[in-house]
Amino acid sequence: MALQSLDIKARSATTTPSPSVRETLKVAKLIDISTCIGCKACQVACMEWNDVRDKIGTNVGVYDNPPDLTEDSWTVMRFSEVEVQAGKLEWLIRKDGCMHCAEPGCLKACPSPGAIVQYSNGIVDFHEEHCIGCGYCITGCPFNIPRISKKDGKAYKCSLCSDRVAVGLEPACVKTCPTGAIVFGSKDDMIRHADLRIIDLKQRGYSNAGLYDPPGVGGTHVMYVLQHADMPEIYHGLPKNPTINPMVSLWKGIAKPLMSWGLGLVALAGFFHYVTVGPNEVKEEEET
Amino acid sequence: MMRTDSALIQRYTCSDRVNHWVVAITFILAALSGLALFDPIFFWLTNLFGGGPWTRIVHPYIGLLMFILFIGMALRFWSSNHLTAADRQWMKQWRDVIGKHEENLPQVGKYNAGQKYVFWILVITLPLLLLTGLIMWQPWFAPYFSIGLLRLATVVHALAAFCVIALIMVHIYAAIWVKGSVRAMTRGTVTAAWAKQHHAAWHNEISKGAK
Ligand code: HEM
Ligand code: SF4
Ligand code: SF4
Repeated sequence: MALQSLDIKARSATTTPSPSVRETLKVAKLIDISTCIGCKACQVACMEWNDVRDKIGTNVGVYDNPPDLTEDSWTVMRFSEVEVQAGKLEWLIRKDGCMHCAEPGCLKACPSPGAIVQYSNGIVDFHEEHCIGCGYCITGCPFNIPRISKKDGKAYKCSLCSDRVAVGLEPACVKTCPTGAIVFGSKDDMIRHADLRIIDLKQRGYSNAGLYDPPGVGGTHVMYVLQHADMPEIYHGLPKNPTINPMVSLWKGIAKPLMSWGLGLVALAGFFHYVTVGPNEVKEEEET
Repeated sequence: MMRTDSALIQRYTCSDRVNHWVVAITFILAALSGLALFDPIFFWLTNLFGGGPWTRIVHPYIGLLMFILFIGMALRFWSSNHLTAADRQWMKQWRDVIGKHEENLPQVGKYNAGQKYVFWILVITLPLLLLTGLIMWQPWFAPYFSIGLLRLATVVHALAAFCVIALIMVHIYAAIWVKGSVRAMTRGTVTAAWAKQHHAAWHNEISKGAK
């Protein structure tokens, strides 16, 4: 998805500033789980706009179809049947896909310069032509989102329709949602919109209704309104406090610089040992 | 026997040498291709392997090949690398080692303690690299493991790689520093004087056997 961009906030495996003269408004997509009816129009719109088609699969006994995200299905509706109050069944339907983290674990982990970029509007986008297929983005993502294609060995995920957003359109899923459960706009506006929805839900008895904008990853540019914001896990395992995993921070934050400098130091130590102590030569040549 | 006519002692057979160098070549290729993906300051190394995707694709195969070839070398040199009390003493006197005061050190057999540790660290870390590398291998095996395990494997792989690369850098330096060592692995022989000075116990053993 490459458009010439002047508004790149961060770029994978890049230590110098990226083209960033243009500052854009921070955007967000808000998914109101309480108004989603699980019709999957958004899944269809996503396939249609991005022009990718998943294989026809098999029914695995639940409504989730396909059963997981794939390189061709960048969003999947997750259906959970839960009883928060005994005897009161709730059908929670969560539109799963990339959360567009403000601090993206995928980008932190990616070793290939420019394979993952984050725009100043908050969208985290994969540039597949730079992807080497190592899967480190999967290792780094706290939400288990990227998928490697078996066809071309590249990683794919929701782009938040960066191509549409760049020309002032809303993402395809937002445009198609028949109930208005998905809305799109500036992040500030979406938070205000969510506040109104939460007030409404609370009046209707969902006392724990709230916004999912997890601070552990710096907030996200895809947010949910949850009826039970105190228990995000019941929404098909939505993590309660997602963060970049400590193992990933150790790997990329500490080990990477320390070990690269360490190898440089070993090389220098050898060189200067030779220069100062001199070679270890055989002292007495045996002349017999 | 060679000693009498040319004062040269056989240290490695032809097959020892070939085994060593195929491991060395594959190791260096594995290290360069791995480092390329480890830190952006090394990403330029992908140029040696035909770009990023090729580097990612070939690295695990090179690593696997290296491991298989290393098995042969480990078996060959296993019995010469048992650590002894004299080795521990030798390690304690590391200042004499790097300061070239070999006369103060206990007599060294075929291998000194440093060489033995190189051997044993490789014996431990290369299987670890193989195991963690297999877990990380896209697209073949990684999809079968949980993301938690992938994270652990990746960190361990990087750490183990750092240890072995640093270790091999020291190993290469030692070969350059101790003059007359490289020929042992290139031509198979060392001079008797070299053996006497650096591996006196081994030299004695050889001389006795030759009589
Ligand atoms: C024993 C067999 C080995 C296997 C199966 C293996 C496999 C892998 C895999 C799958 C990766 C991820 C990137 C890719 O897919 O190419 C990787 C990365 C890496 N490998 Fe290996 N490898 C092996 C041996 C080695 C050796 C011997 C070294 C060092 C001398 C090494 C150093 C590295 C490094 C530095 C990385 C980058 C790690 C990071 O990005 O943090 N590997 N290896
Ligand atoms: S698979 Fe591609 S996008 Fe993911 S980390 Fe590797 S190079 Fe980056
Ligand atoms: S959800 Fe995963 S793939 Fe999406 S931006 Fe966050 S870390 Fe990256």
